[in-house]
Amino acid sequence: MSLSRRTFLTWISTSAVGTLLPGTAAAAQRGEELATLLDLSRCVGCGTCVEACREANQAKFPKPIKPFPTMYPRDRTQVADWSEKQHVDNRLTPYNWLFIQTITGTYNNQPFEIHIPRRCLHCINPPCANLCPWGAAYKQANGIVRINDRICLGGGKCKAVCPWQIPERQTGVGLYLHLLPSVAGNGVMYKCDRCWNRIDQGELPACIEACPYEVQTIGPRSQILEAAHALARSMNGFIYGEHENGGTNTLYVSPVPFDILNNVISPAPGRPHLEAVPNPFLQEERLARAVFAAPFAGLAAGALHLLRSASEHDHD
Amino acid sequence: MTKPKSFPTPPAPSPWQCRVMGGVIFGLVFTGLAQMPLFKRYYLADIPGFAWTADFYASHRIHYILAAVLLAWLMFRAMLTLGAIYRGWRPPLAFLFKGGIWMGIIFTGLARVIKNSPDFFFSPTTTMAIDWAHLLFMMLLAPAAWIARRSLASK
Repeated sequence: MSLSRRTFLTWISTSAVGTLLPGTAAAAQRGEELATLLDLSRCVGCGTCVEACREANQAKFPKPIKPFPTMYPRDRTQVADWSEKQHVDNRLTPYNWLFIQTITGTYNNQPFEIHIPRRCLHCINPPCANLCPWGAAYKQANGIVRINDRICLGGGKCKAVCPWQIPERQTGVGLYLHLLPSVAGNGVMYKCDRCWNRIDQGELPACIEACPYEVQTIGPRSQILEAAHALARSMNGFIYGEHENGGTNTLYVSPVPFDILNNVISPAPGRPHLEAVPNPFLQEERLARAVFAAPFAGLAAGALHLLRSASEHDHD
Repeated sequence: MTKPKSFPTPPAPSPWQCRVMGGVIFGLVFTGLAQMPLFKRYYLADIPGFAWTADFYASHRIHYILAAVLLAWLMFRAMLTLGAIYRGWRPPLAFLFKGGIWMGIIFTGLARVIKNSPDFFFSPTTTMAIDWAHLLFMMLLAPAAWIARRSLASK
């Protein structure tokens, strides 16, 4: 199937057909990053995606061993146990990797009600993966950011460095139980893995496949970005996720500005904000230049020192 | 009996250079440990002036700055050592072992800096291997430095 650029953009921006862009499977196999586009003007907040996510990922959810080991110091190690609250679906938990954030208000003197499927945004340069000390959090070639539940110790650094604090901890599960559970670790961190196993088999992530309103579209990032801009133009809308945190592979398009949406919501644990997020690695990217220049400076200084010593030796 | 020919060893760093670089290496170990979520748990971040140790981005940036200083110093020393080797000095095996450990730390550290850049992708297995190797080389450095010092002192 061949699509001209104009046809493709028209198809994406005006029709109800979304979900999977042509060439997505091939792009994923090539190692090109996949991104998702969420047209928030379509979402009615029915929660079908949430149910589909829970069903598809049931086997990946934690199965903690109780009683939990006593952790020290006690005042600094809170048990995070969601195993008795698996039904909670109005926030992110280790058993609920996607929830619908409903926001009401007025914009341009018009009332609005926007429903936003919230989950991991799968950042292009994910802090969780870059700063995990064990390599437990990582990014795949196809852009999916995952947490290895066999390696993760549940220290929660990924959550601390994530601008949206997406990963959620479950105590009593994982590798830390076999190491020093009283003094280090606290379980495993869980979050959306964009149904990596389904994508590997050429299928759609469960939330995208189940959505009756075709809110989400998945495809190669470059095409998704073009589609997001076309959609935003068509509705005089706004994009979130293109530049946030240095760029993400989740692009929300809304008819209401995101700063207005963010002003209305009350961020709480498991319910992330919609603030503009700068690139947290900007300073590191500048410092990296110094790190790579430093060896050459040292070699040059050493060479000068040797030359000077040789010259002094000749004079003697 | 002819006196054996002696070759010039690399010039020893001055005491103040040793103190400064010792401080840099301590800072690198400290900020490296701060990458593990332990300093807040064990109250270190509660000590006045140490709140930054619980800020992973702050300790990460300090690690980069100190790494740049150390890299410049190590390459400076490496050049002086090459000069001594050129003039006939033969480093003892323990010295080479310590140098190898330093090279391991440098290459895994530089690889991690490259990996942290948005324009590069390393596979998850490679990333994990780099992380663990960096940690392993650091743990090997102290015994390697001790053996090298003893070996040089006995010459």
